[in-house]
Amino acid sequence: MVKMKPDDIGVILATDCGSTTTKAILIEKRDGEYRLIVRGEAPTTVEAPFEDVTMGVLNAIAEVEELSGRRLLDEKGKIISPADGEAGSDVYISTSSAGGGLQMMVAGVVRSMTAESAERAALGAGAIVMDVIASNDKRLPHQQIERIRHLRPDMILLSGGIDGGTTTHVVEIAELISAADPKPRLGTGYRLPIIYAGNVKATEPVMDTLAEKVDLKTVENIRPVLERENLGPAREEIHNLFMEHVMAQAPGYRKLMTWTDAPIMPTPGAVGLIIKTIADIEGIEAVGVDIGGATTDVFSVFRPGGTREGIFNRTVSANLGMSYSVSNVFAEATLPNVMRWTPFEMDERDLRNRVKNKMIRPTTIPQSMEELVYEQSIAREALRLAFVQHKSFATVLKGVQQQRTIADAFEQKASGETLVNMMTLDILVGSGGVLSHAPRRNQAALMLIDGFLPEGVTRLAVDSIFMMPQLGVLTQVQPQAATEVFNKDCLIHLGCCIAPAGETKKPGTILDYEITLSGGKVESGSLEYGRMKLIKLGLDEQGLPLKAKARLKPHKGFDIGRGRGDDVEAELSGGVVGIILDGRGRPLALPEDKKTRISKLKDWMTELEVYPEGALDR
Amino acid sequence: MGHAYTPGLKVTDKILLTKKRILPLKGEVIVNKGDRVKPDDVVARTMLPGTVEPMNVANILGIPPEDIEDAMLKKHGDDVEEGELIALSKSFFIFKSKCFAKIGGKIESISHVTGQVLLRGDPIPVTVKAYIEGEVVDVYENEGVAVSSWGSFVQGIFGIGGETHGAIKVVVPDNKTVLTENEINADCKGMVIVGGSLVTSDAIKKAASVGATGIVVGGFDDKDLREFLGYDIGVAITGSEEIGITLIVTEGFGQINMAQKTFDLLKSKEGQLACINGATQIRAGVIRPELIIPFGGDVHAKIEAADYREQGLNIGTPVRVIRHPYFGQLGKVTNLPPQLTELESGSRARILEVEFDDGIKAIVPRANVEMLES
Repeated sequence: MVKMKPDDIGVILATDCGSTTTKAILIEKRDGEYRLIVRGEAPTTVEAPFEDVTMGVLNAIAEVEELSGRRLLDEKGKIISPADGEAGSDVYISTSSAGGGLQMMVAGVVRSMTAESAERAALGAGAIVMDVIASNDKRLPHQQIERIRHLRPDMILLSGGIDGGTTTHVVEIAELISAADPKPRLGTGYRLPIIYAGNVKATEPVMDTLAEKVDLKTVENIRPVLERENLGPAREEIHNLFMEHVMAQAPGYRKLMTWTDAPIMPTPGAVGLIIKTIADIEGIEAVGVDIGGATTDVFSVFRPGGTREGIFNRTVSANLGMSYSVSNVFAEATLPNVMRWTPFEMDERDLRNRVKNKMIRPTTIPQSMEELVYEQSIAREALRLAFVQHKSFATVLKGVQQQRTIADAFEQKASGETLVNMMTLDILVGSGGVLSHAPRRNQAALMLIDGFLPEGVTRLAVDSIFMMPQLGVLTQVQPQAATEVFNKDCLIHLGCCIAPAGETKKPGTILDYEITLSGGKVESGSLEYGRMKLIKLGLDEQGLPLKAKARLKPHKGFDIGRGRGDDVEAELSGGVVGIILDGRGRPLALPEDKKTRISKLKDWMTELEVYPEGALDR
Repeated sequence: MGHAYTPGLKVTDKILLTKKRILPLKGEVIVNKGDRVKPDDVVARTMLPGTVEPMNVANILGIPPEDIEDAMLKKHGDDVEEGELIALSKSFFIFKSKCFAKIGGKIESISHVTGQVLLRGDPIPVTVKAYIEGEVVDVYENEGVAVSSWGSFVQGIFGIGGETHGAIKVVVPDNKTVLTENEINADCKGMVIVGGSLVTSDAIKKAASVGATGIVVGGFDDKDLREFLGYDIGVAITGSEEIGITLIVTEGFGQINMAQKTFDLLKSKEGQLACINGATQIRAGVIRPELIIPFGGDVHAKIEAADYREQGLNIGTPVRVIRHPYFGQLGKVTNLPPQLTELESGSRARILEVEFDDGIKAIVPRANVEMLES
């Protein structure tokens, strides 16, 4: 553990051990502020023939040494600590998703209540949830037993019942688990860890049922009363077991664990932590997305009713990704939905084959403009589908009886309503190859807008080199360093999007705007329905967004944050793209007619300078 | 990152292969070290625990769970037959509630908390076959064996269907010809059919209907695959499809000539036994489909093993482009500039210069080629 006072920490070394690449970053305090100095990477060495994760870590650190000129390893290959002049670091921390990350199964009594709370706890801790077993999941008990037997999770989280409620159902689930006698994924010398976080009254019978077969841990109930979730203790236990069992089984991790000054965290858990920390410090609502080759993670912090403590949610869309899972995006989204973002026609047979060829050769990259454009069309659909899943999961607690007023009854508010509110969302952060490495930042901005359809005024950013995981762990050691580096070095500020919500059948103006830019220059005008506009507003010398003041006057039937037709005064943030005015309305309806749609797509892409001039002429 | 290219798929005339044949659970190995085995020979077997059928006896009898022990006619560990009376409610009235076993097996547990009784069905036998013809070179006690053989080996890029075998039958004149239903007849029964650049959906159906065990071909259309399977493959984890035939694609999706070397090798082995597996998994720990043509030879004489090494890209390395716009074209590397270069898409990547077989030169990202064995 870190022995130094946070203020005395001057040099921080952090790594993220991914399934293919280990990334190292070096952060130093210079002139009173923490900044990223360099980044290095090396192939991960978890699998044969190396089977020792520390080799990849040392290689990545060696690259950091080379690039920074700071000596970090001694003659024996040990990290020099604490920092002394031009050598060593004060803190070393790490995250890991190597070896398939943390894979869990969760179980509860009612699918939409305790089982969902358990799923939320597991996802929030950074796990991949392989299956959710519940008394009412529509499978017969023998089918559930078969499923549990076939899955080989790293651990199981079992919940069920409120404290003092009926014990029968949760014990029944425990009996099913006992009958299946599940085995852990890694290693054979230990029993599968199961965390029980259910009705306290059922603890004893659950222990009687399971204790002989598994390594049973008991924590506070995840849902002590219907109206409240208590995810903290379960999440903490998941992290402990991740360290004790999963990490300890992976090659080289026992050694790595002795090197770090804070517990190794699962990568997605750390990403969630940094997003939650930033959102809470700034008191804002945030959505983060990490679109990878196989999966897409969505993180959100919303504060319904302006609550001080934001509600954090994470979802993993296991088979939505841009390489291994690209064909599945195509299958789930369907061809017409992918093609609606493509500003030219493509032959279906040819397109299908290209997508499958990407699936079987996932490391290839788009060489031609045509390849880039259709890949970005698929990315829009992957983002959209992942966000649909997130919205249906990030909800207020289901099954809770709500006190209703007459107004609520008219609004048809229901229990289980989504927490996601695109109108109040402050910032949308994207990461993952297709967004972070898009040849033009304008492409990333438009993919984020099309995939998430923000409403009102929303800041847009991308993670430059995917260092959110390392910064997540850093929040536990030196939060100031984590937030400073996040804002100044991690994020590439794209700008903001202004999108009036509403629809109309008539063409014409939907918004009047008057934007006073940082130099005092005033940009004013009106936004037509179905049009997009780009106003340049960049970054200051520090790389932070320039600010502008805006008066936004939506026309009748359109809302920019205060209600239909109501004016809004807002502060706008600039970025490498600028201010994007999106007049396409919400919900977004693209023209049905193919020719009109292609022509519209070309207009929008041209206005936003998404592709080089003439690149879409075919 | 050093490896910005895809190593090519292995296609080799002679190699010493070893296949581990392991049970899913511990069991019994029924061959000995040094035994010769054929593909269908069982090398190990075990019993999987039977399926579990939970029955809430307390609910069925209408009694509180804590009274269940008294009502049970069978106790923990007892054998039961399907339909056998296992519990009876005690009552002062004439009508007593009865509970009959849903399946035959053993009483695994009786819960006085939930009133649930778990019946464990009879164990399910599982066997592991040798898959290839060869010699048992290792025995892992209670787990399985390793079978070794010299053989020719062809790695495919994608496949469907599991392990099978049959004699090789080449039904097209060259590696460019499309394999249609016309080339398939009753003689293909039990055979592994070799096609050229593409196989049609109708040809796969006909091959399956005449009883061919497998098809090996350059490419096939995703649209046809979807039609044949009845669903779209979303993630490349295959091998468990029950379609009556195993299909291996050596080059990719679409019409692509089978690599000449692969076609020539298969043609030269016509009539010989081929053991094939379509199982594909494109994730960490990648699994590619394979075709093995086992032949004799001393499996302990490792000195003869073909020297297969994955080498880096060099000037003159033969490569195949694996992405548009030059997808499927073959050529030789002519230059390997170290610096990042801007592509038409605007991305900056490490590239190589290639001269295709027709003499045309092009620039291709290194990530978009795979090396061919020279």
